[in-house]
Amino acid sequence: MLLPALAWQSLLSRRITVGLTIFAISLSVALFLGVEKVRTGAKASFADTISDTDLIVGARSGGVQLLLYSVFRVGNATNNLTWESYQDIAARPEVEWIVPISLGDSHRGFRVMGTSAEFFDRYKYRGGRGLEMAEGARFDDLFDAVVGADVAAELGYRTDQQIVVAHGLASFTEHDDKPFRVSGVLARTGTPVDRTVFVSLEAIEAIHVDWKNGARIPGQQVGADAVRQMELTPGAVTAAMIGTTSRLQIFGLQRWINDYPEEPLLAILPGVTLQELWDLIGVAETALVGVSAMVVATALLGMAAMIFSGLAERRREMAILRAVGARPWTILALLSLEALLMAALGVLLGMALLYGGLFAFRGWIDDSFGIYLRITAPSLRELWVMGLVLVAALVVSLAPAWRAYRMSLSDGMTVRV
Amino acid sequence: MAQPDMTRIEAAGGRPEAIRLETLRFAWPGRTSFRLEVPEFRVGRGEKVFLLGESGTGKSTLLSLICGINAPDRGSVMVDGTALADLSAPARDRFRAERIGVIFQMFNLLPYASPLENILLPLSFAPDRRRRVTDPRAEALRLTGALGLQDDLVTGARAAELSIGQQQRVAAARALIGAPALIVADEPTSALDTARQGAFLDLLMTQAEAQGATLLMVSHDARLSGRFDRVLDLSEIAMTTRGAG
Repeated sequence: MLLPALAWQSLLSRRITVGLTIFAISLSVALFLGVEKVRTGAKASFADTISDTDLIVGARSGGVQLLLYSVFRVGNATNNLTWESYQDIAARPEVEWIVPISLGDSHRGFRVMGTSAEFFDRYKYRGGRGLEMAEGARFDDLFDAVVGADVAAELGYRTDQQIVVAHGLASFTEHDDKPFRVSGVLARTGTPVDRTVFVSLEAIEAIHVDWKNGARIPGQQVGADAVRQMELTPGAVTAAMIGTTSRLQIFGLQRWINDYPEEPLLAILPGVTLQELWDLIGVAETALVGVSAMVVATALLGMAAMIFSGLAERRREMAILRAVGARPWTILALLSLEALLMAALGVLLGMALLYGGLFAFRGWIDDSFGIYLRITAPSLRELWVMGLVLVAALVVSLAPAWRAYRMSLSDGMTVRV
Repeated sequence: MAQPDMTRIEAAGGRPEAIRLETLRFAWPGRTSFRLEVPEFRVGRGEKVFLLGESGTGKSTLLSLICGINAPDRGSVMVDGTALADLSAPARDRFRAERIGVIFQMFNLLPYASPLENILLPLSFAPDRRRRVTDPRAEALRLTGALGLQDDLVTGARAAELSIGQQQRVAAARALIGAPALIVADEPTSALDTARQGAFLDLLMTQAEAQGATLLMVSHDARLSGRFDRVLDLSEIAMTTRGAG
């Protein structure tokens, strides 16, 4: 029991340098574990972008591409899904529900998505959470629009505001003859829904009745009121979300869609494709882990340097310990124990910083970046990391401890300072 | 734990001598060309010996050899009837902890520990010495009391906060606790002013006598030699050679 007490008192007597060293270790540990948390949180949030949807169907292209444009609103569809095909799929007995997605227009930088009102019930994220209205109601009238939280926040939209949809994604031609009314604002989800303007599928059709090939048909102006009398069944949609009656039927339905003879289609399992996509961008994640591991290594090397620099002035202490009967090994053990204590305190403080930070900034991170960080007990992997930090500290401390061992052997009782 | 070698004790004439050096030769490895030779040096049990020597004449080296911190290149060191060469390095460390109390010139104490903790330090390396003390804390305070230190100073402060004179007395108490056979003092008074030197020595000697300990003190100051049983000049027992450079 003597050694821990000595090590502790020795550390206390140098509390400023020791404190700074511990602080450096704790920051590095907090950073490392924080990166871990954000990494797993980001991955989980990413995987949570869409849930409870069994299949996504679109024109045949790459699975990742289909996922990107249908869920993340990134990129464009190369082709559409005809309304006939959509109806055929909807008629399948395996299909419990199907929600169309029609993309192509934009509003001041945000994508406009035409869909059915059922979308607001069927779209789930973060393991089954549904969409909620922060304000107002779902679209009811043909020219109603529901906007995501980011859209409302960035453009300052409230309910009953008039907005105009632009044709295409980066165009100056607007459907200004048929303005929409914001009927509701969605609560924040941390998913691409926040950056989307939702209108009904019929509305998409309605604003395009007098358009052909991306331009107005000259002399054929259909007014906003006239269009209400028209048949507004779409000719095609961009993609569709599908829920099956039983999970067992997912693969059968997927095969049926992929083999659909009338039109080349592609059905994907969103979870699987999300994983593929994450694997693509996961390289950055590895780099992040690498960098934070280097920070931990730097902090530990700093500790070794601090022990080294203290050795000269502690030669006297070593001589005293030797004189009262301490073995050279005792001195080595003392120095390593000090390093271990510092590392352990650093790890504990780092954990405190991490969890304190999580508690303090979790809401803000979710709101700002859509990354939902769960506060859970340290995972096995994190415990491993902490154990590894201690082992690394021990290993690193062996260099100065060994030097002290050598010094205590050669100095004996006569100290040449 | 090393047991005293009985054959050697008999050879020495019944009771073992406290210190016996024979045909000793030692050179610091690699560092300097300094070399120390001691043909013969004996200190009887319970004797108080004053070894006079200027600094740099090998006093500390001699003490390191007697304490078993360094091993001689040739010759033998026997302390309290035990040949140190027969002991392994860990056993020598243990032997030192059990049998020898050391007082340095200054900076005797671990600055971050309390004086009391400093005094109890050797006991944790020496179980036999620990057993001789029923209540270590009370014994430490008894010794410091006898050496003229107040209890709260010993238990409360950190060692670094004491004056040099107080520190030396704490060091004396540490050397004495558990009644080791041999007290080795390396210029214990040179950091004190003249008026306090005599008083410190008196206290040290009284306590050593009370415990029946052998006292070996080295100093460059001949004025302190008055109360010792035997006064020797280091040059009488040891030859030191120093090469060029």
